[in-house]
Amino acid sequence: MTRNLRTPLLVAFVAALFLLEGLTDVAFFAGSWNSSLSILNMALISAIMALGVNLQWGFAGLFNIGVMGFVALGGLAAVLVSMPPTEGAWAAGGTGILLGLVLGGATIIAAVLVQMKLPSGRLRMAVTLAVLIAGFMIYRRVFDPAVVAIEAINPASSGNIGGLNLPVLLAWPVGGLLAAGAAWVIGKTALGLRSDYLAIATLGIAEIIIAVMKNEDWLARGVKNVIGVPRPAPFVPYEVNLQSDPAFLARVAEWGFNPVLASTIYVKLAYGVLFTLVLLILLWLAQKALSSPWGRMMRAIRDNEVAAEAMGKDVKNRHLQIFILGSAICGIAGAMMTTLDGQLTPGTYQPLRFTFLVWVMVIVGGSGNNFGAVLGAFLIWFLWNKVEPMGQWILEIVTAGLDDTSVLKAYLFDLVAHMRLLTMGVVLLLVLRFSPRGLLPER
Amino acid sequence: MAEHETEAGLHDDWRLGRFLRKGVLMDFLNGLIAFLNFVFVPGLAYGAQLALGALGVTLIYGILRFSNFAHGDTMAFGTAITILVTAVMQKAGIGLGVLPTALLALPFGIAATGLMLLATDRVVYRFYRKAKAAPVILVIVSMGVMFVMNGVVRFVIGVEDISFTDGARFVITAAQFKEMTGLDEGLAIRTTTAITVVTAAIAVALLFWFLNRTRTGKSMRAFSDNEDLALLSGINPERVVAVTWLIIAALATTAGVLYGLDKSFKAFTYFQLLLPIFASAIVGGLGSPLGAIAGGFVIAFSEVTVTYAWKKVLTYWLPDSLAPDGLVQLMSTDYKFAVSFAILIIVLLFRPTGLFKGQSV
Repeated sequence: MTRNLRTPLLVAFVAALFLLEGLTDVAFFAGSWNSSLSILNMALISAIMALGVNLQWGFAGLFNIGVMGFVALGGLAAVLVSMPPTEGAWAAGGTGILLGLVLGGATIIAAVLVQMKLPSGRLRMAVTLAVLIAGFMIYRRVFDPAVVAIEAINPASSGNIGGLNLPVLLAWPVGGLLAAGAAWVIGKTALGLRSDYLAIATLGIAEIIIAVMKNEDWLARGVKNVIGVPRPAPFVPYEVNLQSDPAFLARVAEWGFNPVLASTIYVKLAYGVLFTLVLLILLWLAQKALSSPWGRMMRAIRDNEVAAEAMGKDVKNRHLQIFILGSAICGIAGAMMTTLDGQLTPGTYQPLRFTFLVWVMVIVGGSGNNFGAVLGAFLIWFLWNKVEPMGQWILEIVTAGLDDTSVLKAYLFDLVAHMRLLTMGVVLLLVLRFSPRGLLPER
Repeated sequence: MAEHETEAGLHDDWRLGRFLRKGVLMDFLNGLIAFLNFVFVPGLAYGAQLALGALGVTLIYGILRFSNFAHGDTMAFGTAITILVTAVMQKAGIGLGVLPTALLALPFGIAATGLMLLATDRVVYRFYRKAKAAPVILVIVSMGVMFVMNGVVRFVIGVEDISFTDGARFVITAAQFKEMTGLDEGLAIRTTTAITVVTAAIAVALLFWFLNRTRTGKSMRAFSDNEDLALLSGINPERVVAVTWLIIAALATTAGVLYGLDKSFKAFTYFQLLLPIFASAIVGGLGSPLGAIAGGFVIAFSEVTVTYAWKKVLTYWLPDSLAPDGLVQLMSTDYKFAVSFAILIIVLLFRPTGLFKGQSV
């Protein structure tokens, strides 16, 4: 197959998968546009995450496996920006929380300053420890009562600080900023490390971010979850409102659709259009970046760090830059995902799903190629959702001769439920072995 | 609490004479026992489990030269097989009396894991080794293996929480201890804790004997130190790799089974153990077996100390005027990952090769 034909063929293949999912219920397809569109919407978000990882790994060779943490921070931003503030929470503990956080930050800055200013030795160690311990105690003294006060407010339905009551669309860039801020801190401390160490460091940071979100109930209710995150107001309506809107009903009747079905599809399409817009903008930016002098410099650094440094390139700062950019993109995707779900559930963030699966998307699609990452995201996310039906379909054919009551058949159908992870692993290993540069290799 | 609190003024506590009187001495002992019971013994068992896991990671790094992300799932696989064999043995009425049956099933788990790892090496890793692929590619490959193994474990045993310990629950219960010593605090030692520490000690002793005394072990160390020189001296690399995988199977399965006996088995928990295990290996110095053991205990004791509520111990140890009102818990238990991670970062910043000088590829 020539290279020119490869891209359109693969794109057509993936598009066909989504179309068939909506059109027909033969084989493993569901024949439901609702199913097709909800897979598509999440695929669009996954494609944005994959763009972020591709920026870090494909362009710069940075091994970040803390994607989950940045995605979760984006979700947190959606809650903090768009939810209404909890009545009386700011009065009860707002100042305490803010003061506590400032004191905590000041402690760390003071400790870093001590490290930088004093000559190394026992004295420096002692002063650093003293600053840290004293700072921690003061921080807890200020912070803890404020937390208790906020969490006491109507704990069954709120018990958190609430949000700013701003439009949720604003939360998407804010999610990016929040993730970028975290990435700056991580990058400052960990980017100098070797690739394995950076990997473990990012993995750890992601776990800590999730732990904080699960336990700090005052922030976003922890494992009690936040539900009812508002939708992007003028663009995405609620199904109930659509069904009572005479104009919508008249239009639907004209086309001969069932109003309930039509409203659910309309909502999903509206989300789809919004997400596609964001994806296109980011894709355009990433393509521009890739072909700019900056992008060439990034790839030069990736391919030979020593040579690039010898040419006078500031490797450390360039790495920090792209690490922040890639993480910010993951944060935007995270805010979009929480908006789509309408809820923030910290308990559901798992590294296999939010970090390693995104990596599979990038590697399978083709690291270093933005279109590859996007294509990989669509393909892998479709697979992730359809592996079970596929397995069942194949088993139906294979076990056609067996009696329905046979133990073997029941056992085999039980196994299908656990097929997902295995399939993802096999796909990743096969691509790494036989097409290590991915489906759409870097040019 | 002892009677001295009511009978004298608060500041009298600090007088030496008073300290020697029975009440204060008893308080000290009670505090010590509480410390041993809630901090030291659990930390020791957890540390031993982490050390065994970290030894596996560090060996792979030293000899195969990559960080194996599938290690947690290897542990889960070995434990899953051991649980199945344990169930068969329990049905057949084979047991060890007061000891858990799982110890008898452990060799079968190790054998199955060994075969599985050798097969994985043959099908997956060998290709990249021959091609002299960059370590980071092998790390990504191990991510694929991690997915597959995670799926296989789910096939084999499902996703539920499984408790598979049997035999006597305690070597000594808190009540027995109180009766023996007459103290207010009890020191309970669970069978699984004792077995963990003893088994880990035996495994480590065997490993070091093997690495330092046998011909194969020496060739492994030579291969790890300088691959080219080892090849020149006629060491067969494929044999070294195969033996390494077998040792890793033994270490990973033992670590997994001990952790499962002590707590319980759940595939997802084992995946999460990856972080403290890697932290242990890196803190000790990747590639250094001695470092892996030290790192395991450093991480385990830090996690337990930082997340333990010290109120009980401090109430015994401090004079009443200073007795704490709060729980004196530095961080809630859910932040134990944060502790492993903070130590990891501190060590990496100040001693990038770890406590014991590790390798860097």
